[in-house]
Amino acid sequence: MLDDIDRALINRLQDGVPLQPSPFDDIAAGLSITVDDLLRRLQALKEAGAITRFGPFFDAAAMGGAFCLCAMKVPAERFEEVCARVNAFPEVAHNYQREHRLNMWFVLATEDAVAITETADAIERATGVQVMRFPKLREFFIGFRVAA
Amino acid sequence: MSVTDRDIVSVLQGGLPLVAEPYAAVAAGLGMREDELLARLQAMRDSGVIRRIAAAPNHFKLGMTANGMTVWDVEDTRVAALGAQVGALPFVTHAYERPRALPDWPYNLFAMVHGHGRDEVEDKRRQIADLLGRASRGNDILYSTRILKKTGLRLRREAPACSD
Repeated sequence: MLDDIDRALINRLQDGVPLQPSPFDDIAAGLSITVDDLLRRLQALKEAGAITRFGPFFDAAAMGGAFCLCAMKVPAERFEEVCARVNAFPEVAHNYQREHRLNMWFVLATEDAVAITETADAIERATGVQVMRFPKLREFFIGFRVAA
Repeated sequence: MSVTDRDIVSVLQGGLPLVAEPYAAVAAGLGMREDELLARLQAMRDSGVIRRIAAAPNHFKLGMTANGMTVWDVEDTRVAALGAQVGALPFVTHAYERPRALPDWPYNLFAMVHGHGRDEVEDKRRQIADLLGRASRGNDILYSTRILKKTGLRLRREAPACSD
């Protein structure tokens, strides 16, 4: 169970920390706890899954990768079978079932743009279902915070 | 042998070690000095490869169990300015302009909204609708009902296990 300090810590760490040798000192002071206490709490939050990761967020596209949101209209009776075929592609990074005619939404992550097209085409061949492609044209960045 | 940016990214993909001086620990593992590592990371930050250094929350574990992808058909001439305003709303976690796929899909602005329940998500959807006003000619919301696969970002291709 999270206490008030855990919640404050999660909220504070979502804002980002400066790039300096001891990044937790000021945050611990702001919460009136020791750095050791902060680290124990952070470890516990990570083990409990409240925080999935703490560290640098890399812009994947800036590192040379390519990404594309894709959607499919999968017949209900074929959903599990198509899901297995889609997920078998290692280029499929996330895949969500959603309530809509377009009921399967996934992100392709590949080394370059050509591989996006090749992979989406290959998924169409493997499933017989059209893969609609919604590459990002512009990203609006971002509040990104969850109130813990 | 010199340490490449790719080496640094690879080591940090899983996150920083949770110790008082995490960069000293990472630098030691890479066989470089802490100040060298910090300079390299600063350069990556300046170039946009590193966006920020922060915690990634698990929405579901924090009680935000409803997640809706709201989608909007916004006038092309206004989508850049309005999209920036939608993206700045504190409850919008991601916002993107994407191509329409007419006639099936008229929507060009995607904004992800999380909430403790669907009522909360619908309330947030109304706030976006108010902000967009008549510049939005239609909208929809797609609730996720199941995670079919979720893997972290990986530089190298891997074949992760299915999860649901």
